[in-house]
Amino acid sequence: MNWLIEFLGDPANWTGADGVPARLLEHLEFAGLSLLLAMAVAVPLGLWIGHTGRGALLVVLSANAARALPTLGLLVLIVLLMGVGTIVPVLIPLVALAVPPILVNAYEGVRGVDPELRDAAYGMGLRGRQVLFGVLVPVALPLILLGLRTAAIQVVATATVAAYVGLGGLGRYVIDGLATQDYPRAVGGAVLVAGLALAVQGLFAILSRISVSPGVSRRPGIR
Amino acid sequence: MGEEPLVRWDWIGRNLPVLRELLVDNAVMALVPVLAGLLLALPLGLAGVRWRRLYQPTVGVMNVVYSLPSLAVFIVLIPITGLATRLTVMVPLTFYAMAVLVPAVVDGLAAVPDHVRQSAVAMGFTPLRRLLQVELPIAVPVVLAGLRVATVSSVSLVSVGALVGRGGLGYLFIDGWQRQFPTPIIVGIVLIVLLAGIADLLLVGAQRLLTPWAGSRTRRRA
Repeated sequence: MNWLIEFLGDPANWTGADGVPARLLEHLEFAGLSLLLAMAVAVPLGLWIGHTGRGALLVVLSANAARALPTLGLLVLIVLLMGVGTIVPVLIPLVALAVPPILVNAYEGVRGVDPELRDAAYGMGLRGRQVLFGVLVPVALPLILLGLRTAAIQVVATATVAAYVGLGGLGRYVIDGLATQDYPRAVGGAVLVAGLALAVQGLFAILSRISVSPGVSRRPGIR
Repeated sequence: MGEEPLVRWDWIGRNLPVLRELLVDNAVMALVPVLAGLLLALPLGLAGVRWRRLYQPTVGVMNVVYSLPSLAVFIVLIPITGLATRLTVMVPLTFYAMAVLVPAVVDGLAAVPDHVRQSAVAMGFTPLRRLLQVELPIAVPVVLAGLRVATVSSVSLVSVGALVGRGGLGYLFIDGWQRQFPTPIIVGIVLIVLLAGIADLLLVGAQRLLTPWAGSRTRRRA
């Protein structure tokens, strides 16, 4: 606890390129960019596979591989093979980590929609695309958001590890603190990262409350 | 890199004893927490089923725990459990395993059909016997599904511990990075994926043995 106060209480740690605001911004930049790229690939793909049923094997394989693949190893290998310098080599493993949970949950969400509901939508004269976006996506939204939340938390955590291969972000405090045996710095960084992960968790809780239709989440207030 | 091959096979041959040691270390640090997590999750899950009101807060806490980055938890634990000790890695992994297993236990027990439970009561089963002989066996597939997720993630999460000096096969990542030498990194990734795969297969086998009646039926429900 004293270490935490020693690090966070030092005004020198709050300004400049190595200050908390600058590092936080870097962290959010890497994590946010990776998440957006992963979303752009995985959400449409997951919806399409769930809707058409084609390529389901890809989903199963990616779900299993995602859990078994060691983040640190993947990161170190890709950066070693591609070289440091730009942020692209670091973004690749982060995107690779974020894709499977988004893909799997988007797929499961659409596939898990009650077939009667789907039939009813077709029966009412809706076309394929209208059924997908008017019925299937809103009903699948809780699972889609769960996938995005899992991916976001993974990426925030992994961006910390990425400081080991020279990335900025909050992980810098952790890695530098460990390397120089400056534990107040390492612990301070660790607490900031944990706080950020919790903030992401909270943000998604709010997001799903706002965006999921009360009829889907069975919240009181609609009848 | 130039002429340097991606994998130097002779390195693997020369380092077999070290690799075996790291593999065992990785397996122990991954599997002991899963077992401990299961032992802790069973009573918590039972409590969650019996006192429904406890369930939501328990799952909420577990969600929060699960979202904490492993590296951050390792660092914060160092003053308590020591740098580069097995315990520093195993304590957080136990909590991650619990975070997966408590909901699995609750969902598994909740999936016991009410008429089955009532039949057991009508047949004169005491609550303890009903739990051990009827409810837990029916919950096995769901609990084992959770156990598979927890085991595979645990095996691969251990490697992050290498950053705090004790990460089983993760040591190979640090070693390869520091020497700018890809072979150990690739070997480490392959061994971790293999270890996770073997553990997963063993659990699938265990499920076959524990629920001989299930066969193709569970597949249809899943």
